[in-house]
Amino acid sequence: MAAIVPLGARGTERLVRRRKRAGGRRLSTKARVGAVICAAFVLAAIIGPYVAPYDPSVQSFLPGTVLHAPDAAHLLGTDSLGRDVLSQLLVGLRTTLVLGLVTGAIATFIAVAIGVSAGVLGGFWDEILSLLSNVFLVLPALPLLVVLLGYLPQKGETATIVVLAFLGWPWGARVIRAQTLTLRSRDFVAASRETGERTWRVIFFEIMPNEVSLIAASFVSTVLYAIGTSVALAFLGLSSSSQWSLGLILYWAQNGNALQLNAWWWFAPAGLAVALLGTGLVLLNFGIDEIGNPRLRDASGASKIGGKAWRPSDPTPVVLAGSPAPRARSFASAFSRRSAPGATAGRAAAGQGGRS
Amino acid sequence: MSAVAAQPPAAQPPAALSEKPVLEITGLSVAYRSSGADVKAVERVDLSLHAGEVVGLAGESGSGKSTLAYGACRLLRPPAVITAGSVVYRGRRLGGREVDVLSRTPDELRELRWREIAIVFQSAMNALNPVLRVRDQLLDVVDAHLDLGKDEAHERVASLLDLVAIPRDRLRSYPHELSGGMRQRVMIAMALAVDPEVVIMDEPTTALDVVVQREILSQVVELKERLGFAILFITHDLSLLLELADRVAVMYAGQLVEVASAHDVHYGPAHPYTRGLLNSFPSLRGARRELAGIPGSPPDLRNLPPGCPFLPRCGFATGSCAAIDMSLSPVPGATDPWHVSACPFVTPSTPDVARPRLAGAGAAAGGEPGRASGPVAGGAPS
Amino acid sequence: MSDRATRREGASGRVRPAHANVASPASLRGPLVMEADGLFKDFRIGRGKDAVLSAVRDVSFNLYRKAVVALVGESGSGKSTIAKLLAGQEQLTSGEIRLGGSRVEVSGRHDFRAYKREVQMVFQDPFASLNPVHTVRYHIERPVRLHGIAKGRAEVERELVRLVEQVRLTPAQQFLAKYPHELSGGQRQRVAIARALAVQPSVLLADEPVSMLDVSIRLEVLSLLDDLRERFDLAVLYITHDIASARYFADEALVMYAGEIVERGPAEAVTQQPAHPYTQLLVSSAPDPDALGSVLRTGARGLGRQAGSALSTATGCRFSPRCPFADDRCRQEAPPLVRVSADRAAACWRLDVAAPSLVTTHGGGGVEDMAP
Repeated sequence: MAAIVPLGARGTERLVRRRKRAGGRRLSTKARVGAVICAAFVLAAIIGPYVAPYDPSVQSFLPGTVLHAPDAAHLLGTDSLGRDVLSQLLVGLRTTLVLGLVTGAIATFIAVAIGVSAGVLGGFWDEILSLLSNVFLVLPALPLLVVLLGYLPQKGETATIVVLAFLGWPWGARVIRAQTLTLRSRDFVAASRETGERTWRVIFFEIMPNEVSLIAASFVSTVLYAIGTSVALAFLGLSSSSQWSLGLILYWAQNGNALQLNAWWWFAPAGLAVALLGTGLVLLNFGIDEIGNPRLRDASGASKIGGKAWRPSDPTPVVLAGSPAPRARSFASAFSRRSAPGATAGRAAAGQGGRS
Repeated sequence: MSAVAAQPPAAQPPAALSEKPVLEITGLSVAYRSSGADVKAVERVDLSLHAGEVVGLAGESGSGKSTLAYGACRLLRPPAVITAGSVVYRGRRLGGREVDVLSRTPDELRELRWREIAIVFQSAMNALNPVLRVRDQLLDVVDAHLDLGKDEAHERVASLLDLVAIPRDRLRSYPHELSGGMRQRVMIAMALAVDPEVVIMDEPTTALDVVVQREILSQVVELKERLGFAILFITHDLSLLLELADRVAVMYAGQLVEVASAHDVHYGPAHPYTRGLLNSFPSLRGARRELAGIPGSPPDLRNLPPGCPFLPRCGFATGSCAAIDMSLSPVPGATDPWHVSACPFVTPSTPDVARPRLAGAGAAAGGEPGRASGPVAGGAPS
Repeated sequence: MSDRATRREGASGRVRPAHANVASPASLRGPLVMEADGLFKDFRIGRGKDAVLSAVRDVSFNLYRKAVVALVGESGSGKSTIAKLLAGQEQLTSGEIRLGGSRVEVSGRHDFRAYKREVQMVFQDPFASLNPVHTVRYHIERPVRLHGIAKGRAEVERELVRLVEQVRLTPAQQFLAKYPHELSGGQRQRVAIARALAVQPSVLLADEPVSMLDVSIRLEVLSLLDDLRERFDLAVLYITHDIASARYFADEALVMYAGEIVERGPAEAVTQQPAHPYTQLLVSSAPDPDALGSVLRTGARGLGRQAGSALSTATGCRFSPRCPFADDRCRQEAPPLVRVSADRAAACWRLDVAAPSLVTTHGGGGVEDMAP
């Protein structure tokens, strides 16, 4: 991983820099909104445990603090055990986000290792590795997770991360393998061999920098998958109950019949947080896609011309500046065709207007 | 061969010239709109195409030759905008009616394209649908534009392949089963499927070998003589155009710099850029010439200097070149009465100053430090 | 298959002497650097036993310092495969490549790098041969450092500037900082040439170096190559489909068809007086501006309706299906490359019909050699 992350970061930075130089284009609105949402969540996860007003696990059975609607003391109310929901949310967010990011990093690492190896080695190894990723791809993930986590000796965060990463890499591996295959046959790879480069250098310095946006996209979608799945698993009670996470909040809310008791403040914040985080990640992924695929960018870039929105299938827009100026007398009509000198006129044809 | 070439061939039916052009492009400007300023890809271009005529459009990549042709058919995608000019189409089938291409609706344009104006693209592999048989792709075109019965349509498709000399058993082939030349012929057959009046060919043979290129082009010329359509042939290979086209239009940085008969372009080129192009390709026949090429590289369309865009690369450049307005005006003393050039200073009779300047390798003159190229001298090093 | 076997026998007996008898016009330029001797390259296509494509069959030629040898042929004729064989990117099926007299055997990484120091290649497509994520500096600095051409920051920097200026990209510092997409096609190809020359090789393999460039730019790049050849005593193999450029740029021209050399000789002579029917077809197919439409208007010449097949199952002369002079012998027996004059050779049974002037002019030896 250590070898990949800095490279990736440098490459993306370069990509962005190049983009800026090339056309002064910045990230699309979609991508920017996604980035802002994700940044807000990351910030909340970092400072959350420090600003949480209460210990999320401390129960209180004082009258008026059980299942209490939001008020000044408890901004998001309390649950049926009198615990502060906002504190649960702030502490749980970090757990969920860390789990997602670590799982994403591990799964992406496996995906890159297997995808690039399959693409570069080719032949026998390609077939073995492709078979492996296909097998993992068709495994029904959620039932398998339930079974695995149900039988594991301890249901900690680590167990969830390992299992999710173990099941989350094949999609990325397939995409990266395909990209590596096309890159491997590109002339610049042959040219770097001509220079006398070693294979590892060709892989890390010629092929992989060109896959940065793909790897980033793969990472973001794996994070999304890990967060979604971990929330679902915790909701089913398949996670450690000592560590607060967004899923655990929902698990308690479900157990405490929050819906039936109309205690919307108990489940809605956590549910919305998951949804919003998911949206942010998806939007961010769109943005990364647009960096990697200029065609998407152009399609979104030029939608409005002359005050009208144009689809790519439309004919070329005609936006004539002002009213058409009286056309200059064309050169061709100045020389009447009939008066053109004899034989040579045969080949000549007219229509070149004399512009003035 | 040269005896034949010395006199202008009379292959052009004189009747065609007494008619109005089939396709008349006047003052057409196309720009690529971006958040900053427009990139003027085509600026105030006038070009016309008469029935049965082959007009060649020559220029380097990025000179706007394809943009001009596609813009005139309104095939460019939205970042491109037509900012000025008019395009008028007058087909025989329209019975004297004029169609203003720029004001047509998308549906009307769809009818116009292919039926009246067809296009042969450079890359047949990209233009053909890889999962459909050749027959089905041709049938699609025929069905979309003609009202024929099933048998008639099949017969027409088969005869189209005859037209381009592909055996009929290839009808059942998929594009990837055909050679590059065959694919390009299928493209031509598709373009001709519904008898268009104008065929635009965008570097149709650039990816092919010379032998196949010649076969296909002679077939195209044969078909043109037989069916009477007009061709706008786009290529960067001026030597090919001289042999193929009746008239040649030379484009540079989005503007036409010279339009003349092929004969005049070959024997009396007026514009320095045309001269440069003629001096760029090695010839197979005749004595070895000293080749000069054109030093430097094409200008950035986003940031065009005032006046003549060729100025920085021109060997004839004078102080007043930055002030000219690039309008085409008749060339004095030309054989072809409609020979026009954008350069008011250089005429066919102006002696070539470029050669002595470029004779020595690396010799620089006229504000071109280090860019002048030496002659290609394989036999004897200079 | 059997056909190929006989050809290989022939390689040791009948064909080789013909090759040896022809003095290469390129040898007048400088000393011998590289020899390709009886190169064969087969590709397996599919799984069948006979599914073998012999892309290169019995190709021999020499490269000399300061000389340009052109390999002319249409796509699929095996000319690019030869470049890859010489560059060490493909393994030979049989034959031998000698560099400076000793047989080239690239086994380990170290050997390969040492070989690359002598033999460099310029690719056809400058838009694909430079990595879009790296600057010009990176592309040129790598070979300089890898092969220890210069050591130390200042020395490397001087070398980089020298290399970039050598391919006429000035100001050098400005170009070194650029990314490939900021350069035009001609500039990219010059960067590729600078990269190839960074290791100071003795042999430069140029695989269609200008075919992707605009006509007006081509000449500049070719003349640059010509200039560098002269200055650095390079032996250049110029691979092209454009026989006219071979006339201007090359000393010797080798015309390839379906994996074999069908004609060789001084570039000027081969283009002006082609002997082999295929060369004649190639020359007559090139655009002829002086013809001004007349040739095209007379229609196709009836030649070459069918593309040649390089599948090894074909017997006889591979050009015979397209050849207007082909007779029964041509269809059954493959013609060897035989001497036509002191510096020319052609592989054709019917040279007396195809190029009567050549056979009668140079008489004697040629006709004699043509007897089986």
